Amino acid sequence: MKQVPALKIDGITIGQSLAIIEYLEETRPTPRLLPQDPKKRAHVRMISDLIASGIQPLQNLSVLKQVGQEKQLSWAQQAISSGFNALERILQSTAGKYCVGDEVSMADLCLVPQVANADRYKVDLTPYPTISRISKSLLTLEAFQVSHPCRQPDTPPELRA
Amino acid sequence: MQAGKPILYSYFRSSCSWRVRIALALKSIDYEMVTVNLIKDGGQQFSEEFQALNPMKQVPALKIDGITIGQSLAIIEYLEETRPTPRLLPQDPKKRAHVRMISDLIASGIQPLQNLSVLKQVGQEKQLSWAQQAISSGFNALERILQSTAGKYCVGDEVSMADLCLVPQVANADRYKVDLTPYPTISRISKSLLTLEAFQVSHPCRQPDTPPELRA
Repeated sequence: MKQVPALKIDGITIGQSLAIIEYLEETRPTPRLLPQDPKKRAHVRMISDLIASGIQPLQNLSVLKQVGQEKQLSWAQQAISSGFNALERILQSTAGKYCVGDEVSMADLCLVPQVANADRYKVDLTPYPTISRISKSLLTLEAFQVSHPCRQPDTPPELRA
Repeated sequence: MQAGKPILYSYFRSSCSWRVRIALALKSIDYEMVTVNLIKDGGQQFSEEFQALNPMKQVPALKIDGITIGQSLAIIEYLEETRPTPRLLPQDPKKRAHVRMISDLIASGIQPLQNLSVLKQVGQEKQLSWAQQAISSGFNALERILQSTAGKYCVGDEVSMADLCLVPQVANADRYKVDLTPYPTISRISKSLLTLEAFQVSHPCRQPDTPPELRA
């Protein structure tokens, strides 16, 4: 697929972030990233897919290249705000402390990086108070900090935390 | 309160709706269909009524067991977990990973880049080449992946969620005149799946909202 991420694990290579996460969940089940209840699981997947299919692909690097430099910013902003409009509404009925209830789930793993992209493309987050609140709250957790783009081996010096 | 039948909000030509129609047919789940015309009246998915039901303003959406689920793969995984036979995901976690990887490649990597609202933004002049680029680029990757996963179908010899994603995407490839010669495995599998009843009853040419000129 010529894309990241890819995970080489247990003798296989898996592409597509959500396929990787679901495999990790099935083979290393604790702590859980998907609730036990099928309806809540559906909400987690719906939110994850909204981001992973409905927003991110429309503003990823290769699409923005095709759109061209002039239009890149407004294109990315449009993709993100359009998706966040829908997401903010959905979160009204699913969110507790986090995207779905009060436990961290796969949906939260999708949310934080997408909010970082929103910041990067200067999307005003004022219309999305639930998205903002949840993202800020998740960023206080260690797993979200150690994995942050500003703390990676390949983070350029000027972006390093 | 007696639960009614599930209600599927669908558009005949939406490849994402087709995936769910196939799943419902394979699992012999009886349901009602409410059609949402994505073109008429500026797009019925933008009505207040539909937005309240599905804030994503997209089809498919499935009202089932007291909840409403959007996103075709989230719907299919819910059906799999609550109506587990026949299975749409293998038992083995590694094969499940392959099924999900292929499904996501199509559902995140190809379809969103050539859906109606993106093509509108790209503009009429560039639409065809844009759609072709999205599809061939994704099919190049998929054809390679299938070399190691495919048997009779996308992953081994049982129909899976990956196959539900494949057939509608191949239909889109045909619609946008993508040459399928470079993708023999994709073609073979798609043709084979189309002989199955669930893929036929759910076909865009046989839906309540199929226009007369496209009806089979």
